[in-house]
Amino acid sequence: MIEAIFTYEFLQNAVLSGLVIGLIAPMLGLFIVVRRMAMISDALSHVALAGIAGSLYLSQQVLFFAALNPVYLGMAAAVVGSLLIERLRRIYKSFEELAIPIILSAGIGFGAIFISLAKGFGTDLVGYLFGSVSAVSRQDLYIVLLIAVIVILFIYFLYKELFSLAFDPEYARVSGVNERIIQAAFMVITALVIGASMRIVGILLVSSLMTLPVAAAIQLAKSYKGALIYSIIFGEIAVIIGLISAYYLDIAPGGTIVVTSVFILLIVLFGKKVRS
Amino acid sequence: MYMTNSIIKLEHITHKYHHSIALSDVSLEVKQGEFWALIGPNGSGKSTLLKIILGLLTPMEGTVELFGVPIDSFKQQQRIGYVSQKANAFTTKFPATVLEVVKSGLTSKKGLFKRFTKEDEQRAIDALEVVKMADRQSESIGDLSGGQQQRVFIARALVSKPDLLIMDEPTVGIDRQNADSFYSMLSELNREYGIAILLVTHEVDLVTQLATHVACLNHTIHFHGMHQDYEKMSEEELSGWYGHSVRRLHQKETENLT
Repeated sequence: MIEAIFTYEFLQNAVLSGLVIGLIAPMLGLFIVVRRMAMISDALSHVALAGIAGSLYLSQQVLFFAALNPVYLGMAAAVVGSLLIERLRRIYKSFEELAIPIILSAGIGFGAIFISLAKGFGTDLVGYLFGSVSAVSRQDLYIVLLIAVIVILFIYFLYKELFSLAFDPEYARVSGVNERIIQAAFMVITALVIGASMRIVGILLVSSLMTLPVAAAIQLAKSYKGALIYSIIFGEIAVIIGLISAYYLDIAPGGTIVVTSVFILLIVLFGKKVRS
Repeated sequence: MYMTNSIIKLEHITHKYHHSIALSDVSLEVKQGEFWALIGPNGSGKSTLLKIILGLLTPMEGTVELFGVPIDSFKQQQRIGYVSQKANAFTTKFPATVLEVVKSGLTSKKGLFKRFTKEDEQRAIDALEVVKMADRQSESIGDLSGGQQQRVFIARALVSKPDLLIMDEPTVGIDRQNADSFYSMLSELNREYGIAILLVTHEVDLVTQLATHVACLNHTIHFHGMHQDYEKMSEEELSGWYGHSVRRLHQKETENLT
């Protein structure tokens, strides 16, 4: 595979994007999981599906969309979805979690309509649903890198606010942390990461890469920083093993990456049980 | 003209939820260095009053001033340390060390985009020294007992060197012995560091003996003043406004209980 990476550009794109996603998805995922918002990434990825399906459908109808990378519309849909979730959470204050199924259903609904209208998209759509090693273009890689820079800067500079809001939101509000703006920015960043990750792990599995490595990490870590480091390590292991096996077995990398994450989690849980 | 040493000034606060009155014409002033115990039965409006003081709720009538500044234009939240009752109910599996939790008390003081420095870490350790928890700084917060966790939350409130500490039933879920040593520590903080304290509780117990001032709230203020005057109130009077029979526990009795 190493030799092939140097030979084929598509493999370089896939491996580099994968490594970057293995870093940023679990990194952001930790903040999502500890705030008990794990389902948000599911909701947003389904909204991204609506965007992708819409873009693929329009590309059959309008020339402009034929030249447009569907990832853009997918990402835009996820960003809109993230802002709508925030809005709904404020409308349904006592039933905050209701915002997630509403947006998730809307995403699948629109997705289903576009897919039906286009009478199916064949392999294109399957690639977006479960990820693909061969479909990652150089342009996709650049998008992933740009988003990674945004995410890393966001977490680096707002780490203390994000920690404070995650650990004790009421205290954070009282002590003067601007929850509203940070939360809105956080949602948009989450949408961007989902957009960036869907080429490799696929829309249906992107939330797993944000939650499974974190689920394993919080079993081991005593500190928040430790949990962040473990999450990234587990995310990278899952991506590397997942991509190698997807390449040799010629199957969708989303599946192999997520199944590897599940194995990591099982090993951690088992190891912890044996030790105790 | 504002009194320079006025820390909390509530004037004629009235607040309703739908048609039930939570607070009616409540006025209260907490000054520098005072330790106030705000007591009242469950559902007496204590939490509503706290939310109003903390800026989480706007009262329907009346005015709030913090450090002589109307609450709407008050921007120095770091001067207030807050310890909530809910701190006891945080996710115990949350992966965070004691030191990380205490440092988070400096978040808004540092300001946006600034990272914690070595000095901030030292300040957090100093705050932990005050509550005698410095030796537990690397432990996971979830591994501590309820009383120890509450000490850590006090340290988080103290790390920004506040002039006022507001506490909402901080000893809920903590056993008697730990609660007593916790209250003694508060009294020490008040005396040695001159921090004003407003402690809210539904228990009429030892805390009212440690406080310098007592306010009795049941939708409206039934008594507020020096601790000595509060002590003069008979148990009948106390039970009268409290709504049911109340008996004062004195130092000796609380010692027997532990």
